[in-house]
Amino acid sequence: MKLKNLLWATTLVIVPGLAAADTVLRIGLQQEPTSLDPTSDATASIDGMLTHNVFESLTTADESGAIHPRLAKSWTISEDGTTYIFELEQGVLFHDGTSFDAEDVVFSFNRAMAEESVNPSKSIFKPIDSVNAIASHKVEIKLSAPNAFFLFNISRGDASIVGVESVEENKTNPVGTGPFTFASWTRGDRLVLAKNAQHRDADNIQLDGVEFRFIADAAAATAALMAEEIDIFPGFPAPELMDQFEADPRFSTSVGSTQGEVVLALNNSKEPFSNLEVRKAITHSINRGDIIDGAMYGRAVPISSFYPPHGESHVDLSHVMPFDLAKATALFEDTGLAGSELSLRVPPFPYATRSGEIIQAQLAQAGVTVNLETVEWGFWIDEVFKQKNYDMTIIAHTSPNDLGNFARGPDYYYGYDSAEFNEIFAALSTETNVAMRHDLTVEAQTFLAENAPAVFLFQLPRLSVFRSGVEGFWQSASVLYQPLAGVTMKDASQ
Amino acid sequence: MSRSLKKLLGLLLTLLSISLVVFIIMNVIPGDPAITILGIESTPEARAVLRDKLGLNDPAWQRYVNWLLGAFHGDFGVSYSFGVPVSELVAERLPLTLTLALVATVLTIVGALALGAIAAMNHGNWIDRLLSMTSQIGVAVPVFWLAMILVIVFAVQLRWVPPGGFPGWSHPVAGAKALILPACSLALVQTAILARVTRAAILEVARLDYVRTARSMGLNRRQIMLYHILPNAMVPIVTVAGLQFASLITGTIVIENVFYLPGLGRLMIQSIGNRDLITVQALVVLFAVMVVLTNFVVDVFYAWIDPRMKEGRT
Repeated sequence: MKLKNLLWATTLVIVPGLAAADTVLRIGLQQEPTSLDPTSDATASIDGMLTHNVFESLTTADESGAIHPRLAKSWTISEDGTTYIFELEQGVLFHDGTSFDAEDVVFSFNRAMAEESVNPSKSIFKPIDSVNAIASHKVEIKLSAPNAFFLFNISRGDASIVGVESVEENKTNPVGTGPFTFASWTRGDRLVLAKNAQHRDADNIQLDGVEFRFIADAAAATAALMAEEIDIFPGFPAPELMDQFEADPRFSTSVGSTQGEVVLALNNSKEPFSNLEVRKAITHSINRGDIIDGAMYGRAVPISSFYPPHGESHVDLSHVMPFDLAKATALFEDTGLAGSELSLRVPPFPYATRSGEIIQAQLAQAGVTVNLETVEWGFWIDEVFKQKNYDMTIIAHTSPNDLGNFARGPDYYYGYDSAEFNEIFAALSTETNVAMRHDLTVEAQTFLAENAPAVFLFQLPRLSVFRSGVEGFWQSASVLYQPLAGVTMKDASQ
Repeated sequence: MSRSLKKLLGLLLTLLSISLVVFIIMNVIPGDPAITILGIESTPEARAVLRDKLGLNDPAWQRYVNWLLGAFHGDFGVSYSFGVPVSELVAERLPLTLTLALVATVLTIVGALALGAIAAMNHGNWIDRLLSMTSQIGVAVPVFWLAMILVIVFAVQLRWVPPGGFPGWSHPVAGAKALILPACSLALVQTAILARVTRAAILEVARLDYVRTARSMGLNRRQIMLYHILPNAMVPIVTVAGLQFASLITGTIVIENVFYLPGLGRLMIQSIGNRDLITVQALVVLFAVMVVLTNFVVDVFYAWIDPRMKEGRT
């Protein structure tokens, strides 16, 4: 009841603030979350709306993935790479009026690291030994070993700094320190943010408010854009309609990259996929260009390993196992697989179902019959991901720095277990020297391309359609969040 | 007394079995709310903690009994994924879905009676044939397709109404405008069906002796239609309209997705996807209650339209 009153109060105070004359950016989103707490729910749209807008973390990443200070003004790292001392911003207030200091950082980290924690990315906190406040605005974090991804990882929504006083209500009434405050959420319809005039960067923020509208259906999203009910649709779900928007002078479009590698995952824990020759045969059967043309209307970049093409340590490995029908057919003959049947269970996402149909046709050319089955997401999670009850599947892995997925051991759904790769990844994840890390990243990519534990298809693009005049929205998504403080727009009525 | 008690008991048994069937189905189908919430990159430990917090580690029969006991007290539990009481979620969304279904029903009945009567009065000529052909098409058209066509014409091209969304009742005009297209899309298909039923029922009654008598007494066609034919043709019309109201309520599941309206239908889809068993269960039982209530209202209506039915039943 108390919570409800509070919600009403904020609604009454802030919503009238979003008057018609104000600059309000209306963003269409496909996915509506059920909770608004990024530290206890993995739904990507929570980060998309709230991380670095309502909540802030110690660090932040830009569009390219480079790290910048956020709630931490600056930091020093000890010689051995295990002790970080963060100098925090002074005078920062949470939206409920309580002040931010080192204790909030200690609280937020300890909460995420605790045994009873339900943080969806608990693994990023594993390298941390201890978190201590050494002054009112100074925090010391000790790691058990040097960690290459630490500063990047703590920029994520999972590591948002939350207030001791407000944490319990963040699921429905998120309170952070960010440039926007949470105004209202009408479940099933929209979520509204208002500019935080007290924020230290408030002078540089043009938007008075932001409205997220939840539109799951691709046709409905198109209609909403055409009727100018929304200003931008990031992650537009229908690549086949991009031509139409490109031709319309009212709109601009962009094709950016994401951290999502789309793979044809193979169940390495069982026959015949435990055999490298079979995995080679499947990989040689796949023509990535045709898949991208057919499934993504040409708007995607092919990959040959598990690393985004826009990443700084990317190497071109397309020569390692290229499309080669003759070779594929011969390999299927040699392994006795020619004429046999394999199953392909795909989740109900357009990129996956469309790719699935093309892969079915391509493997048929090489002499293998594929039984294609589109399954519902909940079914996929349980049957494919949890029980490993599958031969092949198609899925985008959207986490950044996820080369380590192939070092997760035989229990992970790939069922892949390679001592050699585990060793490479262990070295990579503790290497903080930039040049050495680059070499190890290349080595890891090369290993995966040569051993084909999965067939790497293409990098999931981020298609966006926006009203001309909207500027500053990221084209690419190197992280799950999208800071809105730098977004500007011209008057909608012109 | 004993009859209404029997009826009530039957109703409760129906709802009980529905809730049991839904519970069994939701437990048998593959899925795990903990992974849905925490994502596929989450650690097994975090998932275990969450499952424990949600009470998913209790045996299935115990969860069902707990739910049932709560439901009897009006406590439908706390949603796994939203983390708020299910009753709160339903209360937020029920008004929209009910309004939509009711408006669509009124549109359907008014439209169908008018069109059915016009067709019957023009029995056999070109007006009848035109209406018959149009309603044939109406019956065949899928609701979502019709909805999309209406959006393209009235929202994207003409800009008379918004293409979707619901601003809330704090803006009554905008709120009403937002519901015009969804209600019409729902109603059009049902009108086509009901108009055919109306026409057939009217033609059936029009053949009867008392209609001929009324005509011989010199009453005009309009009077005969309004006072002698329509009231007597109402039984099949009300039967079908009752069934249609039930399918309108479920039809909102599709329509709310096309028009992205915050109603029960969208909540249902989202909850099934999230394996939010406790919410799905409450929603299915609620839909069942609405259907059962509609049947009840139709029953009462029968007795009112045709007193013979009342006697025939005792």
